[in-house]
Amino acid sequence: MNRSEYALRMEHITIGFPGVKALDDVSVSFRRGKVTALMGENGAGKSTLMKILIGLYTQYTGSIYIGEEEIRLSSLQDAIVHGISMIHQELNPVPLMTVAENIFLGREILLKTGLLVDFKEQNRQAEKLLEDMKISIDPTEKMKALSVAQMQMVEAIKAVSFGASIIIMDEPTSAITDSEVDELFRVIGQLRDQGRTIIYISHKMDEIFRIADDIIVLRDGRFICQKPAKELTEEELISAMVGRTVGDIYPRGDARPGEVFLEVKNASRSNKFRNISFQVRRGEILGIAGLMGAGRTELAETIFEMEPLDEGEICVEGEPVEIGSERDAIKRGIALVSEDRKILGLNLNASVKDNISIVHLDDFCVGKMFLRPGKEQREVEKIAGEFRVKCPSLWVKAETLSGGNQQKVVLAKWMMGDPEMIIFDEPTRGIDVAAKAEIHRMMWEFAAKNKAVIMISSELPEIIGMSDRALVLHDGELMGELKREEFSQERIMSLAIGRREQ
Amino acid sequence: MRAGKITVSGFFERFGIVMILLLICAVLSVLTPSFLNIRNFSNIFRQVSITGIISVGMAFVIITGGIDLSVGSIAGVTAMVATSLAHPGEYPLFVSLLAGVAVGVAAGAVNGVLIAYGEVPPFITTLGMMTLLRGVAQLYNNGRPIIDLSDAYTAIGGGFLFGVPNPVIIFVVIILLGVVLLHYTKFGRHVYAVGGNEQSARVSGINVRRVKMIVYMITGFVSAVSGIIISSRVMSGSPIAGEGYEMDAITACVIGGASLSGGEGSVLSTVIGALIVGVLKNGLDLLKVSSYWQQIVKGIIIIAAVLIDITTKKKRR
Repeated sequence: MNRSEYALRMEHITIGFPGVKALDDVSVSFRRGKVTALMGENGAGKSTLMKILIGLYTQYTGSIYIGEEEIRLSSLQDAIVHGISMIHQELNPVPLMTVAENIFLGREILLKTGLLVDFKEQNRQAEKLLEDMKISIDPTEKMKALSVAQMQMVEAIKAVSFGASIIIMDEPTSAITDSEVDELFRVIGQLRDQGRTIIYISHKMDEIFRIADDIIVLRDGRFICQKPAKELTEEELISAMVGRTVGDIYPRGDARPGEVFLEVKNASRSNKFRNISFQVRRGEILGIAGLMGAGRTELAETIFEMEPLDEGEICVEGEPVEIGSERDAIKRGIALVSEDRKILGLNLNASVKDNISIVHLDDFCVGKMFLRPGKEQREVEKIAGEFRVKCPSLWVKAETLSGGNQQKVVLAKWMMGDPEMIIFDEPTRGIDVAAKAEIHRMMWEFAAKNKAVIMISSELPEIIGMSDRALVLHDGELMGELKREEFSQERIMSLAIGRREQ
Repeated sequence: MRAGKITVSGFFERFGIVMILLLICAVLSVLTPSFLNIRNFSNIFRQVSITGIISVGMAFVIITGGIDLSVGSIAGVTAMVATSLAHPGEYPLFVSLLAGVAVGVAAGAVNGVLIAYGEVPPFITTLGMMTLLRGVAQLYNNGRPIIDLSDAYTAIGGGFLFGVPNPVIIFVVIILLGVVLLHYTKFGRHVYAVGGNEQSARVSGINVRRVKMIVYMITGFVSAVSGIIISSRVMSGSPIAGEGYEMDAITACVIGGASLSGGEGSVLSTVIGALIVGVLKNGLDLLKVSSYWQQIVKGIIIIAAVLIDITTKKKRR
C-alpha cells in the first residue's frame, strides 16, 4: 500500500501507567477518507490510544504521523491544530444555548466593536454548515430540544467547523434509535466523502460492518489485526477481540417454564404505554423488544413500583399488589438491573463491598441496626467470587471498575437477596464481549433455578438468543408476543416499527 | 470499617490528615514552649469541643450531599430555652436539658421535612432557618441575655470529671456515638448511599427521605448539645450564642476530606479537621499572632486542604 493514502499513522506507541502497561508497541494507520472501526474489549486500550490522539495522554513513546509529517501531541490544543477532533460518548452541550451558540462556543464571531457577539452571523454560518451536510436542524433551536442523535450531528458539525480532518466518534449510537442511526450514518458517510478520516469506536457488530471500511482490533494493550471490513466475518472479529473462538455467544439450555410469577393486566400510564397485558413464568426469560422510546423502560419501572399506574393491575403470584415503593417490590422478591448502572445501579463513590451489600444490609445486622462487618465481608466475598467480579480488592471504589465488572457488581448486589424475579433493562449495553457472555450465562442460570426473568433489550440478537418468549412494544403499545420458535430479526423489527401482523 | 489492604497512597489518603495535625503540633512545640503540655491540650480540647460536637453531626449531613447552615442559630435558640428553665431552685436540671434538646431536634426536624419532603434545597432551607431562628433567639428574651443560672447547669460546661473538662467528655461521647452510627450501622451505610448516588439508593430500597430527615435531626441534636454547653460555660443564655458555628463545623468537615457533593467523609477525619483548626488557633494565640492574621491563615488552610485533596485525587486517575 502507498503511504500517502494514510491520513494518520501511529507507530510503536507505548504508554504505561503505574502498575500497568496500557499500550505496548501498537502500530496502526488510518486511511484518508475512510471509516476505520477501532474494536476491542473494554480495557483493550482503545480509549487510551484515542486519548493520546487528542493530546490528553502525553507521556507516550512512539511516533505519530499526519500524512508525511511527524507530530508530537503534547496538549489538547496540539490535537486541534492538527485537525483531530473527538466526539465523546457522553456529550456535554450547553443545553440552554442555541445550536449555533454551541457550535461557536469559545470561538464566538464578534461584531466589529469586538465585544459583542454577532448572533446573526453565527446563525447564518451555522445554517450553512448544517445545510452543507443536509441536516435539518434549526440553528436557533435550543440545544436541549434536540435528540441525542441530533446533538451528535451538531458535535460533528462543530468538529467540521474547527477544520477537523480526523474525527473520532466514541460509541455514538449507544443512546439513539435505529432510524436516528441511519441518519447519523448518512452524515458520517458525507464526512467520509468529503475526504475526512473517521475513527469509529463501537461494540455493535452489525453497525461496524455497515459503516466501517477498515477494522483495527486491539487486545490487552496490543495490536491484533488491521483488515478491510470486507475480509472479516463476525465470528473472526469476535475471536480476534476475545482471543478465542466463541462457539455459542448465547449460553442457554431449554427452559422449563413453571407457574406464573407476575401478571400485568391492562396496564396503562399516560403518554408512556397503553393497555398492556402479559405474564412472566418462573423458569423462563421474557424478552421485551422495541425501539428507544417505545415505553419499555417505563414499563419496567412501573413493575418495580417506582411509578404509579393509571389503569390496570399487577399481580405477583396471583395476588394483586398495590403500587407502593421500590421497597415493596424488593420485599416481594423483585429486582431491577437498570439501564444506566451509573445513574440507578451503583454508588460509584462507595466501595465494591458497600455497593454489593447495600440492599440486604438487614442480613448482616444485629437487631436490624448494628452491622456485623465480618459476616458482611464473608458473604460479599462469596458472591463476588461467584460472579467473578474482577477487582483488586473489595474496598476499591466502584468507579474504578470496567463497565462489565460494574454490571456484575449490580447483579451480585441483587442476587445476594435471592430474588424471585429480575428485570434486566439493557443488561449488556456498553459492555465488552467476554463480560457480556458471562452476564448472559448468569441470567440463564438464574432462570434455570426456577426464577423469572424479564429482559429488555434493543439488540435483536440478544433478544433472539436469550429469550423464551418476546414481547414487542411500539409507541407504548404491545404489538405482539412471539414464541422462541417464531423468532426472526425481520419479524421482531417489523413489529417494533409498528407494522401489525395480519 | 473502610479498612482492607493498605497501600502507600491509601495510607496517605487515610492518615495524611493525621500526619498534618502531628506536623502542626511538632512545629508549634518547637516554636513555643508553652504549647506542649497537658493543661494546654486540655484547653484546646475544651475549645474545640463546642463546635467539634456540631461538626460530628455536620459530617452526616454533608455525606448525604446536604448542608446545614442553621446549626449556630439552633444552638442559640437552645441556649435561650435551656437557660430560661435553669434558674436556681425552679426546675430540676433534666427539665431544662430536655427542653433544650427537644427544641434543637424539633428545629432539625423542620429542616428535614422541608428538605426531604418539600424538596427545598438544603442550602436555602437552612439559610432561611438560620435567619429565622436567630430572630427567635433574640425575641425570646427581647434581645437580652438570660442570667442567674443554677450551679448544676453551669457545671455542665465549667466542671471537670476525673480532671477532664466536662465538654471534652461530652465531645468524646458524641464522637463515639457518631462513629458507631456512621460506620457500624445500617443507617450509616444508607447515609453514604444517599450521598453517593441518591437515585441508586432509592432503587436499592433505601427510604431516602427518611435518611435525610434523620440527618438534619442529628445536626439539630448536636447543635442543642453545643448550645447548652456554651451557655453553661459563659453562665448566661445569650441570644447571639452560636453565631458563626456553622462555618467552623463545615470547615472541620472540609478539612477532614468530606466532599460537599456528598458520599465522602468520616466522623474521625472530621474531628481531626476540627482539631487542626483548634490547635492552630491555640498555637497562633500563644505566638501572639493577631486574630486578623489568624483569619487569613484559617482561610488559606481551608482552601489548601481542598486543593491538596483534589490534586491527589487527580494524580490517582
